[in-house]
Amino acid sequence: MYTGKMLESMKRVEATRKERLDQEIPLLSPEARQELLEGFHPDFKDDVFRKIKVGPSRGERAPKEFVDAFEAYSAIDPAKFDLSNVEVDVDVLVVGGGGAGAAAALVADEQGASVLLATKLRLGDSNTVMAQGGIQGADKANDSPAIHYLDVMGGGRYFNDPDLVEALVGDAPEVLSWLEKLGVMFDKTAEGTMVTTHGGGTSRKRMHAARDYTGAEIMKTLKDEVLNREIPVAEFAAVYELLTDGKKVTGAILYNMETEQYMVVRAKTVILATGGSGRLHVMGFPTSNHYGATADGLVLGYRAGAPLTYMDTIQYHPTGAAFPEQILGLLVTEKVRSIGGQITNFDGNRFIYELETRDVEAAALIRECLGRKKGITTPSGQPAVWLDSPIIDAKHGEGTIKARVPAMYRQYERFGIDMSKVPILIYPTQHYQNGGLKIDETGETKVKNLFAAGEVAGGIHGRNRLMGNSLLDVVVFGRRAGAAAAERANGMKKSGKLSLKHLDKFHKELKSARVGKGRIAPVLLPEYRRPETVDHRIDALD
Amino acid sequence: MAADKVTIHVMGKAYEVPSDLTIMKAMEYAGYQFIRGCGCRGAFCGACGTVYRTKDDYRLKVGLACQEMVQDEMYLAEIPFFPGNKATYDIEKLKPTSETILKHYPEVFRCLACNACTKACPQDIEVMEYVQAALRGDIAKAADLSFDCLLCGLCASRCPAEIVQYNVALLCRRLYSSKVAPRAEHLAKRVKETKRGKFDKEMAKLKKMKKPQLAKLYAEREIEPA
Repeated sequence: MYTGKMLESMKRVEATRKERLDQEIPLLSPEARQELLEGFHPDFKDDVFRKIKVGPSRGERAPKEFVDAFEAYSAIDPAKFDLSNVEVDVDVLVVGGGGAGAAAALVADEQGASVLLATKLRLGDSNTVMAQGGIQGADKANDSPAIHYLDVMGGGRYFNDPDLVEALVGDAPEVLSWLEKLGVMFDKTAEGTMVTTHGGGTSRKRMHAARDYTGAEIMKTLKDEVLNREIPVAEFAAVYELLTDGKKVTGAILYNMETEQYMVVRAKTVILATGGSGRLHVMGFPTSNHYGATADGLVLGYRAGAPLTYMDTIQYHPTGAAFPEQILGLLVTEKVRSIGGQITNFDGNRFIYELETRDVEAAALIRECLGRKKGITTPSGQPAVWLDSPIIDAKHGEGTIKARVPAMYRQYERFGIDMSKVPILIYPTQHYQNGGLKIDETGETKVKNLFAAGEVAGGIHGRNRLMGNSLLDVVVFGRRAGAAAAERANGMKKSGKLSLKHLDKFHKELKSARVGKGRIAPVLLPEYRRPETVDHRIDALD
Repeated sequence: MAADKVTIHVMGKAYEVPSDLTIMKAMEYAGYQFIRGCGCRGAFCGACGTVYRTKDDYRLKVGLACQEMVQDEMYLAEIPFFPGNKATYDIEKLKPTSETILKHYPEVFRCLACNACTKACPQDIEVMEYVQAALRGDIAKAADLSFDCLLCGLCASRCPAEIVQYNVALLCRRLYSSKVAPRAEHLAKRVKETKRGKFDKEMAKLKKMKKPQLAKLYAEREIEPA
């Protein structure tokens, strides 16, 4: 599978392995970190950003692909759309079927609210299901929520909202305990002690895992529980627009992805749990994200008047697969580094401590390839460096890789690469939307009765998220939003009036900012068809 | 370097596609935009279970469309959904025994030990083995063997006894984790401490700190050895 040049470089990696076993590389100083970030992290490249011209966060800067999504029209004409046929009336409408949506639905249901969970694809289709490495929580004797707090703030470069971080780390033990009771199969010792490891930027070993299917295992459990409690679920039902009374959110228009029909839902509260946006391919980066990660909730919440925060920062996961081409951009979990995997350049030399925070780690990899020209270039032109995985078995005994990261082992085995015997090629991949809709600690946005939870919300992780804090985030804020939305709905005598006044206002704003009518959002599905096939469709011929 | 072309038959319809693509990317190349049958695109979600056969071979093979490479003269169909039976239950009230399995999924009794499920698993799970373990009441073994399941449903689609293996497995994992594996005592203790407000004071202090103070603490913090 590997080319001659790769094999030549691989020999150098093998030659240095023994001496690297005990090699220690110190963490970078704050000054060196900053210099590295400013030199090589994509967040610091000015020419790929633009200021948003419309809406509550106008004037703020974001990558052009995001701004295009915010400066876009709805496919719905507010003047013509008929809202009189209300097909569903609920207390809490949860939009999104990932970890945050499922957790929100479960808690809202527990509080006695009527719930509809609507999701664009299937229940469980989400980035949650793809999160491999783990979930953080300070539950060991040498750890505390306060120590966790400091790690989160430092990792986020102190841009985090302190109230949200307090909620995140403070709820963590309770959330882990909830998941344990629900039957999530955490890695434990025979006595029941959680097996925990480090992640990038952690000062204590607080990464809890379910082998390397942690998110999948959590998602399967939450999904099963939603089905057991017979909470109504509408699959292949995307939210196409929110409804408001002009100020407060009062419902939503759902769109059946298969029959293409609309459905009007009245809801006392709405929780957006639509996830991230990797499939917009900001700056042309490959992504580790789920097929459905197209920023839907972000766009709709923004149109309804909810301000954004930190939309100018994106997380690139340091170790995306760079080779073979078929898995380009897919994740190689950070856990491979947590359990001892090392990163080396073409010469087989390490150049950065492997568990720096993700922003710093990614910048170091980009510098090694583009700045120092010490990387490897694949046949498709993709730069890469080595992730020396065999050193894990050399350190911890044969079979460690198969037992601790089976999904990764399988991913490479499918292409004839045995990662317990040979190193693999990696490069940063677009992984996580650090910013999002601004929320308070109950998950509510600035628009009344509109909540947001999970990746669609921002502020929790500042400008850089630590590994294992997104699985924690989706469950913590899913539960918080579910509880707060249900409580709000339970206290409301009646539902609000349904209108598209906010959309009418937003369209007018677009017009006066001279945004052309061609751009429609949300896009719902990424376009991966060969361009020639798209151009030859009947509806492209008008 | 342009790849060679191969012919694939998507639900019987022929398309010429580059030979170095996965089934999923080849279908997109041919002009399909997925609504069903595509999820994480990385072998975690089970949305794209696919059955295929190659020319002059009667045997059916399985794979995930996001992982499996195209082959010349491949006849394929995705099975993005399988109408399998799903029991509902209150996990807290269940016991981790074979009676629980039989009460909720009595069809497990009908297992013929034909191994069709194992052959149909794109994750190479020993499906029949875990079904047999569940039948014997060895919940721990069933949970362990089935752990990598993606709920794609291909096993159930091939089962002559109409067992929904993946749902049985899910029940076993939840039973094992909540009833058989010992609870994490350190976690229960920490939950109590947190509720009691043990860390509130320290947290309040940190929350009030400005960036330089926090940054100093952060840089000086002790790192637990790996």
